[in-house]
Amino acid sequence: MRYLPLSPSDRQAMLGIIGVKSIDDLFVDVPAQARLDGPIRGLPNHASEMAVERHFSTLARKNMTASQHPFFLGAGAYKHHVPASVDHIIQRGEFLTAYTPYQPEIAQGTLQMLFEFQTQVARLFGCDVANASMYDGSTACWEAIGMAGRITKRTKAVLSSGLHPHYVSVAKTMAQYTGDTLDTALPHLSAKTDSVRLLDAIDGETSCVVVQYPDILGRIEDLSAIAAKAHEHGALLIAVVTEPVALGAIKAPGDMGADIVVGEGQSLGVGLQFGGPYVGLFACKEKFVRQMPGRLCGETVDAQGKRGFVLTLSTREQHIRREKATSNICTNSGLCALAFSVHLTLLGEKGLRGLAQLNHALAVQVADRLTQIAGVELVNDSFFNEFTLKLPKEARPVVRALADREILGGVSLGRLYPGTDALSMGLVVAVTEVVTSEDVETFAVALQEILA
Amino acid sequence: MNAINQSGWKPEMGNADETTPATFTGNKALMLEEALIFEIGTAVTTGVDLANPPKVAARLGNLERYREIGLPGLSEPETVRHYTRLSRQNYAIDLGFFPLGSCTMKHNPRLNEKVARMAGFADVHPLQPIETVQGALAVINELAMWLIQLTGMHGVAMTPKAGAHGELCGILCIKAALAARGDPRSVILVPESAHGTNPASAAFAGFSVENIPATSEGRVDLAALKARLGPDVAGVMITNPNTCGLFESDMREISDAVHAAGGYVYCDGANFNAIVGRVRPGDLGIDAMHINLHKTFSTPHGGGGPGSGPVVLSEALSPYGPLPYTARNADGHYELIEEEPAQECHPHSFGRMTAFHGQMGMFTRALSYILSHGADGLRQVAEDAVLNANYILRSLEDVLEAPFAHSGPCMHEALFSDNGLAEGFSTLDIAKGLIDEGYHPMTVYFPLVVHGAMLVEPTETESKATLDQFIGALRSVAERAKAGDPSLKSAPHHAPRCRLDETQAARKPVLVWREPEQLVAAE
Repeated sequence: MRYLPLSPSDRQAMLGIIGVKSIDDLFVDVPAQARLDGPIRGLPNHASEMAVERHFSTLARKNMTASQHPFFLGAGAYKHHVPASVDHIIQRGEFLTAYTPYQPEIAQGTLQMLFEFQTQVARLFGCDVANASMYDGSTACWEAIGMAGRITKRTKAVLSSGLHPHYVSVAKTMAQYTGDTLDTALPHLSAKTDSVRLLDAIDGETSCVVVQYPDILGRIEDLSAIAAKAHEHGALLIAVVTEPVALGAIKAPGDMGADIVVGEGQSLGVGLQFGGPYVGLFACKEKFVRQMPGRLCGETVDAQGKRGFVLTLSTREQHIRREKATSNICTNSGLCALAFSVHLTLLGEKGLRGLAQLNHALAVQVADRLTQIAGVELVNDSFFNEFTLKLPKEARPVVRALADREILGGVSLGRLYPGTDALSMGLVVAVTEVVTSEDVETFAVALQEILA
Repeated sequence: MNAINQSGWKPEMGNADETTPATFTGNKALMLEEALIFEIGTAVTTGVDLANPPKVAARLGNLERYREIGLPGLSEPETVRHYTRLSRQNYAIDLGFFPLGSCTMKHNPRLNEKVARMAGFADVHPLQPIETVQGALAVINELAMWLIQLTGMHGVAMTPKAGAHGELCGILCIKAALAARGDPRSVILVPESAHGTNPASAAFAGFSVENIPATSEGRVDLAALKARLGPDVAGVMITNPNTCGLFESDMREISDAVHAAGGYVYCDGANFNAIVGRVRPGDLGIDAMHINLHKTFSTPHGGGGPGSGPVVLSEALSPYGPLPYTARNADGHYELIEEEPAQECHPHSFGRMTAFHGQMGMFTRALSYILSHGADGLRQVAEDAVLNANYILRSLEDVLEAPFAHSGPCMHEALFSDNGLAEGFSTLDIAKGLIDEGYHPMTVYFPLVVHGAMLVEPTETESKATLDQFIGALRSVAERAKAGDPSLKSAPHHAPRCRLDETQAARKPVLVWREPEQLVAAE
């Protein structure tokens, strides 16, 4: 067994020092009827590295990969080019195989990285502070709703109809058990968002308004009016960003008055990974920091006065406060936060802005090209790198027909909102820097044929 | 056996030179200080080359971001050097022994990294048509099947993102099961020795939490537990093996008593490594247990995640598990049961816990680990983990108080207290002394039921030579603490930093970097 260093003679020697005859003597506290005498049913014995790798290669070949096909999917997970150095850095054993930095004297690498990450996220979102990451965007969104409840001591959250339906589902799951009430609605295939509904719904009972920016259909709108109305009634504005690259082109939610900004950081550094692991981003105004969930890294000095970093404000957390903690979260998404931070450091201000401009310009071109097809309409007035098309027929079978031609042609609203007829002709198309003009033409021609 | 071996291998010491001169840079040869990216990067530097965007009229809704974001950029060589230097300030399992109790810091096989990066898994979007992701669904399904087999349970929820998320999943299953029978039970019983996530997860789901006392043996007090059970108790959360490193030998009786009283049994599976392949939790009457793939199944901890916390469920709780999940048809085709078909085939689900379908990147690694070890290897994992922990316990119980050493063998971790150290010396000093010796300290001050707890979990991937050297080092540090060696109070002396001022960090939190002039203005 290549992963087990003890030899049979080591084991014998150790049993002797312990003072027992056999390994079974160390399991005496396990009642006999609970001991498994034979092997696990059906599981073969150990396998060579080569055999295991072969098994996975076989399975991997059964999936259609984003890089090798025309690819236009988004809806909360985006395909961007990740520089080679990102994966190199996150595979360094000192990052990959470290634990949560509980012993700061020998974890300054992770801690300094987290301090840099927190600062990058706060600046990107236009907020004062950010935490050291959450599991993903959907759980960060739920935690933000919970945090708003603690701050305002109110239980009504108003959710925009443009919030990712999975995020809405997660919030609904949790709300069943916490006594929060959620005011939700389905989106319409229209250029206008439901901001009028949100403004009408805000009242003295409202803890928060939750708005995705850009939203699930790709629409972008100014959040200032919603922030103002929320603040007038003592409620908070939570903005949700599922595509942080957008913030290289459009205003930060914090700069439009959002009190808490959460997001999915997957699009920088992390990759698609069939949905996980991703990295939840969480930022807010400084005055709310003690109600924040999750780990926080802070600057301090050591006994010799040298700058150093530690995990701090842990009296909010479960390992100190137990049932009174702000969240039950423990393990977060440290290595994905590193990938995000490295990618953003490589980009810098200049690179992020360039990347955002490139994404937007390509998306505009693709929207123009696809709407040349008879019967295809663009729903959006505004968008960043993702927009929604209204097709002349149900979109879900069209996406399958495209896949039959080895084109990954967007996400149908039928997949995201099953059973909602009014949305079934909607197709969400994302366009990033990885899309080539050949991809676009292949996609457009196939779409035209399928719709004909 | 020759006891001298217990002090382990020692390096040649050379002539220690105490008069090391200061350097101009503050660096010390291979120990290199590193500035923050905000201090070395600029707004015009970038490490990526991008195509020029085609000229188009923007459709950004007049929301262009003009104000500077404040993101420093570095070229690729500067970036690689920055993070490489930072990495060298970290202790890691690749570097040395990391006996952090209840965290299972075992070797992370590199084959697992390789298979997780295969494009067929890493470069696949979660919302692709199901026909285009059959291999990915097969991996999830295969891992799910082995987790069920290994635990002897009925079903498994794969989507929880980490241990605490898994706890919440199990607790929500219990809540949903109670709701389905119209039972308003509101109390969850948790032992004092539990991880903090247990009471936090129960409270998050709206339960009130009450403590179960422990016996002097370090186990759940069965009589006290039975006395507390009643129509208001929804269930118990038991860690088994527990955080004192002991197997809860009354587990079956606990489960039977809780079930007889109408409650459910949650098991914190953080310590599954001790029993994998030897004990099936399903045989102990457990209704739900999360499995930290980043512990027992070796997915890397990554400096604090990502983790993955699938939850195995009993027949009673399986109908309430979260969405989505995978299923294999009779024809071998894999399905993903999301919201739509679930209304027919999984109508009692409590709902969705996360976007998409869970931690795929962790699933590939964990499955690779399981297949590499196989049935014989996994059993050997538990045996070697328990053997290593008992070896440490028995080799050090003469120098450090081991409060439950009389309770029998430990499982995969050995628990010591700081009773018997010199006046003014505590567990913290021992931990910091171990840093100077080149080790990551054990878990300290947890579990709370032991004074100055030191919880040592060696795992199965350590050699006897490594254990012998560690035993020698911990013995040496413990003896210094008992003798009142003042140099231990200021340890570590050889780490990149001395003890850090955590009080200052919490009193005046500095959580983001600010330009020096901004700081002055804020004063």
